[in-house]
Amino acid sequence: MYEHDVIVVGAGGAGLRAAIAAHEEGADVALVTKLHPVRSHTGAAEGGINAALREGDDWELHAYDTMKGSDYLGDAPAIETLCQDSPKETIQLEHWGMAFSREDDGRVSQRPFGGLSFARTTYAGAETGHHLLHTMYEQVVKRGIQVYDEWYVSQLAVTNEDDPEERDCHGVIGYDIQTGNVEGFVARDGVILTTGGLGQVFDHTTNAVANTGDGAAMAYRAGVPLEDMEFIQFHPTTLPSTGVLISEGVRGEGGILYNSEGERFMFEHGYANNEGELASRDVVARAELTEVNNGRGINDEYVHLDMRHLGEERIMDRLENILHLAEDFEGVNALEEPMPVKPGQHYAMGGIETDENGETCISGLYAAGECACVSVHGSNRLGGNALPELIVFGARAGRHAAGKDLGEAEISTGKTDDAEMGEVDTPVEPGAVASDDDSAVADGGATFADPTQTVEATLEAERNRVESLLEKDDGIQQAELRSKLQKSMTANVNVFRNEDGLKQALRDIREVREEYQDVYVNDPSRTFNTDLIHTIEMQNLIDLAEAITLGALARDEFRGAHWRQENQERRDDVWLKHTLLSWEDGTPQLWYKPTILEGENKTYEPKERSY
Amino acid sequence: MSTQLTEESESETETERTETPGDRRRAEKKARQGRSSEVQEPTEADEETVHLKVFRYDPEVEGKMDPRFDDFYVPFEKGMTVLDALMYARDRFDTTLTFRHSCRQAICGSDALFINGTQRLGCKTQISDLDGPIRVEPLPHAEVVKDLVVDMEHFYDQMHSVEPYFQTNDEPSDELEEQRQTRENREKIKMSTRCIWCGACMSSCNIAAGDNQYLGPAALNKAFRFAMDKREGEDMKEHRFEILDQEHGVWRCQTQFSCTNVCPKDIPLTEHIQELKREAVKNNLKFW
Ligand SMILES: Cc1cc2nc3c(=O)[nH]c(=O)nc-3n(C[C@H](O)[C@H](O)[C@H](O)COP(=O)(O)OP(=O)(O)OC[C@H]3O[C@@H](n4cnc5c(N)ncnc54)[C@H](O)[C@@H]3O)c2cc1C
Ligand code: SF4
Ligand code: FES
Repeated sequence: MYEHDVIVVGAGGAGLRAAIAAHEEGADVALVTKLHPVRSHTGAAEGGINAALREGDDWELHAYDTMKGSDYLGDAPAIETLCQDSPKETIQLEHWGMAFSREDDGRVSQRPFGGLSFARTTYAGAETGHHLLHTMYEQVVKRGIQVYDEWYVSQLAVTNEDDPEERDCHGVIGYDIQTGNVEGFVARDGVILTTGGLGQVFDHTTNAVANTGDGAAMAYRAGVPLEDMEFIQFHPTTLPSTGVLISEGVRGEGGILYNSEGERFMFEHGYANNEGELASRDVVARAELTEVNNGRGINDEYVHLDMRHLGEERIMDRLENILHLAEDFEGVNALEEPMPVKPGQHYAMGGIETDENGETCISGLYAAGECACVSVHGSNRLGGNALPELIVFGARAGRHAAGKDLGEAEISTGKTDDAEMGEVDTPVEPGAVASDDDSAVADGGATFADPTQTVEATLEAERNRVESLLEKDDGIQQAELRSKLQKSMTANVNVFRNEDGLKQALRDIREVREEYQDVYVNDPSRTFNTDLIHTIEMQNLIDLAEAITLGALARDEFRGAHWRQENQERRDDVWLKHTLLSWEDGTPQLWYKPTILEGENKTYEPKERSY
Repeated sequence: MSTQLTEESESETETERTETPGDRRRAEKKARQGRSSEVQEPTEADEETVHLKVFRYDPEVEGKMDPRFDDFYVPFEKGMTVLDALMYARDRFDTTLTFRHSCRQAICGSDALFINGTQRLGCKTQISDLDGPIRVEPLPHAEVVKDLVVDMEHFYDQMHSVEPYFQTNDEPSDELEEQRQTRENREKIKMSTRCIWCGACMSSCNIAAGDNQYLGPAALNKAFRFAMDKREGEDMKEHRFEILDQEHGVWRCQTQFSCTNVCPKDIPLTEHIQELKREAVKNNLKFW
């Protein structure tokens, strides 16, 4: 058993920032992460960090752009906090030595990005995330913060009161990947989940193999609602064969999209007459697929992104990394030919419901970063807004967990008795399979006066689960289930969605869930058992895939990244609200809460979104 | 009687005596595992396949305690990387095959392997660039944990030992004001900041192999990144050179260029180390 004040699960951008902040408040902090910190997927971010740093720009403009980008589904208090705190958090990184690109006067460089009314995307070449991740890890090393790397957290130790809002989180259970040892971690003050994205739910994604949404799924099963899960961002420029991302920076610097007829379709086919290639991501992704569906795609699959006209010098200065990616992963020399690109899963706008202080409805449980939904992105995230989210809300969660008074949150969490309940017609029963009884209630499964006992009880249960997965001798293997799930999600819950497809996805998910009852781990070894880990991850993918699909089925309107064939209109009269799913005794319950459009000094009036 | 004997003799091969029913079942599974050595037959004759010879070892599984190579035949697809082939082999043929990987795009640094005798990232190595059969082994000069996974602790320790974090005494007092840096100075450190901690360089270095305390190319490059950053003051530079200018520091490098040759991020490691040597000399002259 290990014990710390604050335990941060995950060590990407959000986790590292949270740990540093909690440490600065004087807490004894530990980072528990399934990958060594520098291997986290934040390292893959390319384009940059939005921060209003320059004259002519200010946080209010940034907030306005973000609210518009979100298609009025972001919560104003969260968005305003993001935009107010981002400048100082970004400069904090600079003070820690981050190798930002520089202007002639020695200040950090900024560039235009889709959906922004000012060139406020602060960057370090086309490898901003790499620098951000390493800079923060360096600060963690400097401060001597304890890191448990290659420890897989498989369960939260949460008490089992009936009402999730009365539950406490006292720690987590981790699995030491190197030795196979399952251990408890007691958190005296709080657990912060920063486990990142869930791209592995889909089979064409920019996300890492490790992005399996573990934190979101664990929190969900422990009783925290998942918010706005239907909003999945599909990035318009990913390499067709691998899903490797070609940064929006390419379009920011002037890259052009062409169809098979050599037309600059963003303009010529009227998708975005003002902004063209720099319209927001959902708009560009739909435009590309429409081109392909109308027979103007190349090889019926993709379009071309051309940056040759930018010239070698500018490319080498600002987009060099893109040349390497195109060469290594698609075999294309982007100085001489256009790059093939198509939309790919990129980002989960939804996630663990939190307030601006990072808190969830379970006391002692926090979340930040991509796994969380404080609701800054609403239905569509602007490029360059995720990295500031990591540092702004990572820092706030860290401070709050360590005991700092950040003031009362304006965003409420948890399901109240008067919450507006939702209904959705599903072709199969969603949620846990009947025999899966003990995972159906709160993870802790017991209430003890002493937090350590709660962790011990959960530890015991988790040791048994691991034991039984290892012991089982035959059945079905996770790799088969994973690929089945991913294929169905990409086929049915992609950029374009319709009722039949979504229902088909639910049927497939159900089938996979039932087959998962029979899953077994082939590798008997306790040493570095990746087979076991992938099997545990698989359960998380199933729950999240289902949450995404249920949300998408419920929301019969077109908003942001969520397009429904039957309802190609944004319906503000009914849908200016968040979808939430709560896991109640193993059954997902759908409910809604209104979007908060009142900001500090003004109310954001929903307008038609045009670019 | 005779069945009992067989069971006995099987469990004797385990290092510890089996106790609970669970332990016994696991032991049986382990033994079975070891016996079914994974030779995948080539698939359909006319299909183009990739022949991988993959290093296998597991200290806990009887049949894998003695290191061996397994053969896998994976259907070839255009653009396939060594990592793709390994994942295919694992997911379709043998889920116990173990290796680190995550980003698939040469940025997380977790899949540095010894492929056809050279340190490379699995995800960045195109199958079509290699002669078959392709030998895939764990990084040399590091302890093998299991299959292709090596212990990275020593590498991390060396990285940590150069104080790999920015240190300055004149941070602007205004939280919104940045420290100015010229484009030239950023350009100077640019390549050194690209390191993804993959460990390929360290593994390729003869000197590091012979001298466990040698800081090694990656850590020296990390030190270069800070020593050359003008935002750190002269006093700090002095301190940095105290760390580098020691018995197991920069002077150990014998300019063999193996690190530079294998670095997947094209960092001119040997050049950086040479430059640090020159600076170290200058620093000393200044003091004497
Ligand atoms: C290719 C790409 C490019 C992008 N470019 C940009 C950009 O230019 N600008 C921008 O603003 N955003 C960008 N984004 C989005 C942004 O990078 C991500 O949203 C963000 O980095 C996520 O950070 P995180 O800290 O939440 O998670 P991650 O960095 O993914 O970290 C997750 C951490 O959790 C750990 N973990 C996960 N599960 C477990 C578990 N069960 N137990 C223990 N540890 C666990 C992992 O080891 C890891 O340390 C990009 C995203 C991608 C994929
Ligand atoms: S210097 Fe190059 S080879 Fe060495 S660890 Fe860094 S990226 Fe890998
Ligand atoms: S998988 Fe990340 S570097 Fe190869």
